[in-house]
Amino acid sequence: MRMLIALAALGLAAIPAATAQDFAIINGRVITNTGDGVIENGTVLVRGGQITGVSADLAVPEGLRTVDANGGWVTPGIFAPVSQLGLVEVGAESSARDTAASGSSFSASIDVADGFNPNSSHLAVNRMEGVTRYAVYPSTGANLIAGQGALGHTGGGYDSLFDTQSFMYAEMGQSGANSAGGSRSAAWAFLEAAFADARGYPGRYLNSPQGEALGRTDAAAMVEVVRGRMPLVVTVNRASDILRLIRFQEDNRAVRLIIRGGAEAWMVADELADSGIPVLLDPMRNLPGSFESLGSTLTAAQRLNAAGVTVAYTTDTADGYINARLLPQHAGNAVAHGVPWDAAFRAITLTPAEIYGVGDRYGALATGYAADIVIWDGDPLEVMSAPTHVFVDGEETDMESRQTRLRDRYADLEDETPFAYRR
Amino acid sequence: MTLRLHRWAAIVAAAGLLAACNNGVPEDAEPASDSSGGGEAEGSSTAESSGNDNLVRHDTDPYPSTYEPLPGETTLITGATILDGIGGRIENGSLLMVDGRISAIGTDIEAPDGATVIDAQGRFVTPGIIDIHSHLGVYPSPGADAHSDGNEITSPITAEVWAEHSVWPQDPGFDAALAGGVTTLQVLPGSANLFGGRGIILRNVPSRTVQGMKFPDAPYTLKMACGENPARVYGGRNQSPATDMGNMAGYRAAWQRASDYRDSWNEHWDDPDNNNPPTRDLELDTLMGALEGDILVQMHCYRADQMAQVIDMSQEFGYQVTAFHHAVEAYKIPDLLADADICAAVWADWGGFKMEAYDTIRENLALTHANGACAMIHSDDSLGIQRLNQEIAKALSDGRRMGLDISEAEAWAWVSSNPARALGIFDETGSLEEGKRADVVIWSANPYSTYAVADQVFIDGAVLYDRSDETRQTVRDFRLGLPGEGED
Repeated sequence: MRMLIALAALGLAAIPAATAQDFAIINGRVITNTGDGVIENGTVLVRGGQITGVSADLAVPEGLRTVDANGGWVTPGIFAPVSQLGLVEVGAESSARDTAASGSSFSASIDVADGFNPNSSHLAVNRMEGVTRYAVYPSTGANLIAGQGALGHTGGGYDSLFDTQSFMYAEMGQSGANSAGGSRSAAWAFLEAAFADARGYPGRYLNSPQGEALGRTDAAAMVEVVRGRMPLVVTVNRASDILRLIRFQEDNRAVRLIIRGGAEAWMVADELADSGIPVLLDPMRNLPGSFESLGSTLTAAQRLNAAGVTVAYTTDTADGYINARLLPQHAGNAVAHGVPWDAAFRAITLTPAEIYGVGDRYGALATGYAADIVIWDGDPLEVMSAPTHVFVDGEETDMESRQTRLRDRYADLEDETPFAYRR
Repeated sequence: MTLRLHRWAAIVAAAGLLAACNNGVPEDAEPASDSSGGGEAEGSSTAESSGNDNLVRHDTDPYPSTYEPLPGETTLITGATILDGIGGRIENGSLLMVDGRISAIGTDIEAPDGATVIDAQGRFVTPGIIDIHSHLGVYPSPGADAHSDGNEITSPITAEVWAEHSVWPQDPGFDAALAGGVTTLQVLPGSANLFGGRGIILRNVPSRTVQGMKFPDAPYTLKMACGENPARVYGGRNQSPATDMGNMAGYRAAWQRASDYRDSWNEHWDDPDNNNPPTRDLELDTLMGALEGDILVQMHCYRADQMAQVIDMSQEFGYQVTAFHHAVEAYKIPDLLADADICAAVWADWGGFKMEAYDTIRENLALTHANGACAMIHSDDSLGIQRLNQEIAKALSDGRRMGLDISEAEAWAWVSSNPARALGIFDETGSLEEGKRADVVIWSANPYSTYAVADQVFIDGAVLYDRSDETRQTVRDFRLGLPGEGED
């Protein structure tokens, strides 16, 4: 992972950002995601973009600005573990989409950061509904290895990606089989060959830019994965495919694997728990959409949680650029089908941050964490609740998007001003 | 394929997901009022038995409903908060179901002898959910290659195809929708074509045949589609339509042919001795039914300006559009919709996946409703159909947040009475009123909560689904013996 978080490693993160304001959020029901649990009528202190205190009985320093939560819920911002924010403005328009390069011969070396656009209108759309952090995923193109993803925030600006080259993404199972020529066996042959290419880099490329599976540039990008410095996210859904991936993990101890999909993960929950491989799961997926997801069920999240598997939730059955904002609804439905509230809420906040290795900075309300804070007018997992305030790195953000601008333009039909003049 | 995936085109590529649906609206000629119009015919045409020997009238209901309600008991629900689907809310309410019909609603209703009494204290009772836009059965689960039966993408005008002839009654999606409180749904062809074909209104009941699910005496519907989909599909083949103006020309030419066809039939029916009937044309039969108002026009249309064009076209040819589906920009033209008496069926928060959906706003449903037009939710999706209560909850809260004063009771019309009206079945279902079919859901909690689930679902007074009783949970054939059998 290439870090803009390098600052944190150097111990410099505590230096207040020049533009962040200092304030205290008071009178809220604070969900900490830490051992402190829920703090009724709690106070959260923020200085320099970071949280400096969370407690029920914190004295607010004199003169410090206060934000009254009015009894609302105060939580860490939502962390979307899978999205294509900043890569897609209009899904069906090739001119407004940078997700996949089916015409390119490159794969692992493709870096979503190079195509990311922080001015996408969907960032504000998601931020207004509580999303403050997100992972950006490429789609597969030349082969089953899609390329490298990044981590971003919704605070705006050209530095919206706070971590790039954060993970490699690949698709096995049905999709991988299709990419590899038609069978799962061929997909595994390809993946093993790709790893061999990376292990042999650069030696085996001295005389040719081509390896067994990957060209030189892609093999170079895979080196970080092979050495365990960059996690590899793999889409697999069928139980047998998941077990095959666990076997791959056993053969490649250094590699850090993450499963995306996992429709039938609950059927091999114990094996998954033993492996330590986390799962990015959409808890609302319950139909046998294909022959690799026959076991899909609304109780998958509950069963995985009970077995001790680390699970973060996705909106894979919706979409990843407008409706990452629906994560609280997906988590709420997991609760409706047996997951404890705390676990479900962590699955869209702290757990994804931990899966991507930034759980010491994001996903909780605790001293030293980034001040990504949302104040809600009720239980955030209730579909009728919504944020009243969203802070990213301690900065209060506008509750406005292209969508609210359109809404406001057409709200009043009686207004005599022609629509195009209303702004 | 393009059409099935339009909504999530980018994501599909990324996630390997199959969007289960696309859009389209059903359409079609109404089943002629039972068999009075010659339903006795075995073949395609018949002479009316009581009339002129030369008179020809085709059977308009050749695939009749064989639906029979499952047996139910006389059931009294007590102590519930009842939302009646037409704006009424009763606290501590009671609902009595007798012989498959609602026999009383109110408070303090006496249990008849032998009645099953359900204590619903702390729970909610509503009319069953009606989804006006589904592709269950025509784009079923699993989304196998062999199951892509929703779009007859062979010609832009396929008014002659009927969705019911594609519906696979073993789609496990029907089971999941039932667990979500859906009691009636309209299954539509997709939106690849200008005229996609007839839609069908189904009871959400298990059956070996589609005929066993057909809503008795419900009108047929006609699915039409505006905009990008037809133009993309056929333009991509270098044939018409390739543009919005090509779309309009295609509809108009077809309506003109249908109008001429109707004239020929009328001449025959007025004077069968001197006017032979025209050669039967299955496509024009459907379009003629739409011109006559027997077949309800359900039109996929996103943009405000496109809807306005279609409204003018409907006046040019003298037919009524019943509902615009998807209608992402309905909020821009509620006055035009209200004047034309056209409903908007919309999502709560889907949009942006293509240019004509770019101006999506979360307040579309509430704002369109508040500004005087008929509005409702729809799913167009095998997952979304399972949680339409949550979808209207989002729409309601967004509307309230912008200051619109809409009650929970009023908003339940968005999943019940409004779709029932737009499907021509409001006399039978869509509200909790005496005499109507007992299509009823008991919710574990307020259905505007994420945490509420359907405890029991009644169709025609029979318990079709009971969350706490596995023997009252349908499992379609496909899931038997496979991973996931019997799972939620």
